[in-house]
Amino acid sequence: MDQRTHDVLIIGGGISGMQAALNLGDKGYKVVVVDKQASIGGTMVKLDKTFPTNDCSICIAAPKMVELARHPNIDLLTYAQVEQVSGTAGNFQISIWRRTNYVDPEKCTGCGDCANVCPVDVVDTFNAGMAKRKAIYIQFPQAVPSVYTIDFKHCTGCGSCDRACMAKAILFLKPSRETRLTVGSIIVATGFDVLEPVEMRKEYGYGKYANVITALQYERILSASGPTAGKILRPSDGKQPERIAWIQCVGSRSAQNGNPYCSKICCMYATKEAAITIDSHPDIDAAIFYMDLRAYGKDFQQYYRQAERNGVRYIRGRPSSVYENADRSLTLVYENTLTGEAHEEVFDMVVLSTSVVPSPDSRRLANVLGVAIDEHGFFVQQDMLRDPLKSTRDGVFLAGGAQGPNDIPDSVAQASGAAGRAAAALRDRHGTVERKQAPEKEIDGDAPRTGVFVCSCGKNIGGYVDVADVTEYARGLPNVIFAGEYLFACSEDAQRRIKEAIQVYDLNRVVVAACSPITHGGVFQQTCEEAGINQNLFDMANIRNQCSWVHSHDRNRATTKSRDLVRMSVAKSAHLRPLSNREIGVTRACLIIGGGIAGIKAALTTAEMGIDTYLVEREAVLGGKLRDLYTLYPADIPAGEALGPLVSAVERHERIRVFVNSEVRTVDGYIGNFQVEVQSRASGLTERLDIGAIIVATGFQEVDFGGRYGYGEHPNIISQLELEQRLRAGTLGNPRTAVILNCAGSMDASNPSCCRIGCGVSVKNMRRIHEVAPNARMFLLYQDLRMFGKQQEEYFAETVRQVQPYLIRYVADRPPSVRVRGDRIFVTVFDVLLRDYVEVEADLVVLTTAMRGDARTPQLKQMLKVAANSEDFYNEAHAKIRPLDFATDGVYLCGSAHYPKSVPDTIAQAEGAASRAAIPLLRGKVSTEPIIAEIDATHCAGCGICVTLCPYGAISINAERSAAVITDVMCKGCGTCVAACPSGAAQQRNFTDQQLFAMIETAWD
Amino acid sequence: MADMDDTFQPRIMGFLCSWCSYSGADTAGVSRMQYPPNIRIIRVMCSGRIEPLHVMKAFEQGADGVLVSGCHPGDCHYATGNYYTQRRFAVMRQLLDFFGIDQRRLKLTWVSASEGARFADIVTAMTEEIRMVGPLNLRANPKGV
Repeated sequence: MDQRTHDVLIIGGGISGMQAALNLGDKGYKVVVVDKQASIGGTMVKLDKTFPTNDCSICIAAPKMVELARHPNIDLLTYAQVEQVSGTAGNFQISIWRRTNYVDPEKCTGCGDCANVCPVDVVDTFNAGMAKRKAIYIQFPQAVPSVYTIDFKHCTGCGSCDRACMAKAILFLKPSRETRLTVGSIIVATGFDVLEPVEMRKEYGYGKYANVITALQYERILSASGPTAGKILRPSDGKQPERIAWIQCVGSRSAQNGNPYCSKICCMYATKEAAITIDSHPDIDAAIFYMDLRAYGKDFQQYYRQAERNGVRYIRGRPSSVYENADRSLTLVYENTLTGEAHEEVFDMVVLSTSVVPSPDSRRLANVLGVAIDEHGFFVQQDMLRDPLKSTRDGVFLAGGAQGPNDIPDSVAQASGAAGRAAAALRDRHGTVERKQAPEKEIDGDAPRTGVFVCSCGKNIGGYVDVADVTEYARGLPNVIFAGEYLFACSEDAQRRIKEAIQVYDLNRVVVAACSPITHGGVFQQTCEEAGINQNLFDMANIRNQCSWVHSHDRNRATTKSRDLVRMSVAKSAHLRPLSNREIGVTRACLIIGGGIAGIKAALTTAEMGIDTYLVEREAVLGGKLRDLYTLYPADIPAGEALGPLVSAVERHERIRVFVNSEVRTVDGYIGNFQVEVQSRASGLTERLDIGAIIVATGFQEVDFGGRYGYGEHPNIISQLELEQRLRAGTLGNPRTAVILNCAGSMDASNPSCCRIGCGVSVKNMRRIHEVAPNARMFLLYQDLRMFGKQQEEYFAETVRQVQPYLIRYVADRPPSVRVRGDRIFVTVFDVLLRDYVEVEADLVVLTTAMRGDARTPQLKQMLKVAANSEDFYNEAHAKIRPLDFATDGVYLCGSAHYPKSVPDTIAQAEGAASRAAIPLLRGKVSTEPIIAEIDATHCAGCGICVTLCPYGAISINAERSAAVITDVMCKGCGTCVAACPSGAAQQRNFTDQQLFAMIETAWD
Repeated sequence: MADMDDTFQPRIMGFLCSWCSYSGADTAGVSRMQYPPNIRIIRVMCSGRIEPLHVMKAFEQGADGVLVSGCHPGDCHYATGNYYTQRRFAVMRQLLDFFGIDQRRLKLTWVSASEGARFADIVTAMTEEIRMVGPLNLRANPKGV
C-alpha cells in the first residue's frame, strides 16, 4: 500500500465540505480540501441571512473559513479539480489539476492595489451577474485564501497589476500543474447550483425583462456587500420597488417544465427574503405565489406564520404568465386557487424561486470517482434508507447539496456524519492536532520590553497615514525598545525580520500596528510562538480598518488616530501575562441515551471509530419506534428488515455494551470526565460509568389528545403509530372508506408546529392501506402537502397515480370534525378548493397526530444541564451550523429528540453526532480557552450572581470556602461574570480591568 | 487646517464586541466607508464584559461620548451576553442623570459583522450628536457639567 499523503480527500469547500474537514482535522486526521473556486465558502457565503433565525450568513460562515485555513491538519487546494481516482477504499490514488491564478499566494497580501488599476471589467458571477469585477479579482471581501486571482480568459496581459503590486506577487509565468495524492477515504461535498430559468418557464420572462430576477440574485441585492450595498433597488432603473412578487417552484415539481422533484429550501428562503424586505421597508408589498408552503423544519412553520402576520401576502397559485408594461413593471396573471378567482396584478419586480439543480461538474466527477448519479445528476446512495451517507463505491461518502436539495443544518449533519464514516474506515491516524512550538521564554517579573511593528500595507496604510511618523512616535512610548516600519508586516519576509528583532532586542511584548486581529492576529501570534514568546504577549492596533481605510481624506487626523491606537496597544501590552491552554485528559468512552434507530446508528459509528460505547435503553429491547413501524418511506422497505441486522450488529460489537430496561439516574462532571449512574429498572441496581461524551437520542412520542377528533370513542379512530401496528400485525381488516387526517393537533393556534414527517407518513400509509384494501376509497385531509425530501415528491406523485385518493385541503381556522354515531364514523371537512363542506362516512380514520419529545426530557435536561423547548424537543447549540451540539460541551444530540425526522435524516444526524462526540474522545484531551475568567477567592463573597449569569454553567459555589469556582474547561471567555461581579473578584484574562483601564487612560493625549 | 480648530472635535470611546461589532467596523474598513475619526475603539470578546465603571472611566479620562456595541439580540456568540449588556445599560443611563451627565453621551447599539455601513452611520451620527451636546470636560472639571 502506498504511503498516504492524507487520510481524507474532501471535494468541495462549501459549508458541507468545511464542516467535514474541520470534523476530521480536529480528530487528528490529515485532510485535503479541493475547491474549484478561488475561495472556499460555496453558496452559503452568497446568502444575506439564514432562516429561521435570520443570522447573518457570512458572519457564521467566515469564522469556519478562517479556522479551516489555519488548521494544522487541513491542506487547501483552491482553483483546482479532481481529474483521476484509482485504487480502493483505504488507498485511493488521486490526481488533481491546479489551475494557475498567476499570483504568488505567499506574497499576495490581499490589499487590492492590483484590481484598482486593472482596466478590464468582467461580469461578476459571485454577485449573480449583477455587478462587475476586474480580470484580477478576489471573489468577496472575506475570501479564503485571501489571494487575488487573474482570470486568464479575460486578462489582456497589459501588466498594470504587475506594476501596481508592491509585494511583487504577480507571476505571469506561473504554470497550472498536477498534484498527486494518496488518501484513505473521499467525501463528495460539491454542493448544488440553481437553475437559470432561461429555457424553462420562459413565460416568466427571465432574461427578457430586466426586473425578473432569481432568488439568488435577490440575496445579493439584500447583502450589505452586494451590488446595491444592501439597498433594495430594481435592476431596470435603480429605484426602490413598491411591489415585489416571489414565484415558487420555478423549474421544480413539474416534469414538463423542469424537474419533477421538490427543491426543499425555496419556500423558506422566499419567506425569509420577503420577511427581511418588509422588516426594513414596511411600505413594500411582498407577495409569494406558492403551491404548497413547505415550512417543514423546527420552528419553520412559526417563522412562516410570523412573516404572514408581519404582512407578507401568501397567494396559493402558480402564475400562468408575466408580461412587461411600458414603465418596466410586470403584470402577473394568476388564479388564486383558494378563491377560484382569476387576477391580473402589477408588480415592480418579480423574484423567481428557481429549482435547485446539481452542480454542472457532477456528471464528470461521478465518472472520475466511479460512482452513480441519478437521472438529474445528483449523487446517489447505495442504500438511501439504511446508509444515507455512503455512495455506490466503498470509501466514498456524500454530504449536502451534492446528493439532493438540502438546507444548511441538514447539510452540516450529513457532513459531520460523512466525516465519522470516513474516519471509521481509517483507524490509523496520522497524528494529533498540535503545531510545533519553540520553548517559551520565561518573562515572569521582567519589565516589559515592547517591540512595535508598523505596517504600510503597500499603500493601503502608507497612502493615507504617515507611517514613518507613527513609527517614530512609537519609539518614544514607555517600555518600547524597538519600533520598525514594514511594507507588508504579514509577508513571510517580515515574519523573519520580526523574529530577528525579538531575538536581537530581547523583546517580551509584541505590538503590530496593521490590520485586524480577527483576520491577521493568528499569523503574528504564530510568529511570536516561533520566536519563543507566548502568543498572549501580543496585541494589535488596527490602523488600516480603523484609520487609513475609513479616514482616507484626512491624513493628519488619520495619523493622529493611528498614534493613539498604537499608544493604547502599547499601554495594554505592558499588563499582558503569558497564558496557556490547560489540557485535561479524556475518558475514551461514549454514553448514548436511547436505543432507537438514532442511538443504534450513533453507537455503531462511535464503536467503529474504536471508542468504548454504552447504549442505554429504557425498554426491554432495542429498536424504539421502528419496532412498531410497518414500512419506511420513500423506499417501501419493511421496518423490521432495516432494524434487525442493526440490532444484532450492536449486540455483537465488542466495543458496545447495551443496558436495556435501564435509565440514566445521575450525571456529574464535564466534557471528557462525566460520571454517570445507570439504573436497571428490573433489579434497581445501579452502575457507575466514567464517560467522556454523551449523545442524547431519546426520540419522540405521539401527543395524546384524548377526546379530540373522536379519538378514544371508536376502535377505528386511530393514530398513525396504531395504524402501523395493525398493518404489521395484519389486523387492519378491510376498510371500505379510509380517511387520513393530517395535522391533528398541530399547525393550529394551540400548537403551531409542523411535525415534518406527517405528510410523508400519511402518503406512505395510503399505499399500505390500498395494498390491504384495494377497493377502499381513500381521503387525505391536509393543510399543505410537505413532501420535501429526496425522492418524496416523486413518491407522492406515484402514490396519487396508484391509489387515486381524494385530496382535500383544509385550513386551520376550519378544522375537520370527526363524529361517532353508534358504530358509524362521520368526518366533515371544509374543502378550501371546492369552497364547500364535504361529509364522508368512514370506517377507518387515521389521525396524523402532533408529536413531542420524550416524556423524561424534563428530568434528563436538568441532569445534563442542557435546554429543551416547550414541546420537550432539545435545543441545539445553533440552528444552522451546530445542529448536533448542545451549548454544553461534551453533550450531543441526534434524531427525533431534536425534532421529528425521517429515517435517512435520523441516521445522518446519528452518524454526525457520533462524529462530533469522537472529536474530544479521539484527541484524548480537551483544552481550556486561554482568555477565560478567573476568580480571586480572597475577594469573593460567594454571592453567586456569576453562577446564574454564566451561559455555560461553568461556575459553581464552593460551600466550604464560600467562594465561586470556575471550571475552566467549561468557560468560553465572554467575561459576562466579570462585569457583574460586585466585589471585583472576577477577572477575564487578556481583558482585565487593569488592561482595559490602561487603554482608556491612554486613548487621548 | 486652521478652520478645523474652530470646530469642537468630540472624543468618543467605543467598546465593541469582537464577534459582531468589531468585525462590522472591519467591514466598514474593507468597504472604505468614511466616517469621522473621533472614535477610539477597544475590543472585548463580548459586550457583556463592559461595566458601568469602564464607561465612567472613559468619561473621566476625557471622553465626550461612549459607544457600547454588541451583536444583535439573538445573535450573541455567547448566547445571552448582549441581553445582560442591554439591562445593565438601561440602569447605567439612569445613573448618568445622577452624575449630571447627559444621557445622549452613552449609546448602546447592535451592529453585525456585515453591517459596515451601519457602523459608519452610527459613528457619524453619534459624532454629530455629541458635537451638538458639547464637550464634557470631566477631566478638567471633575464635578461634572
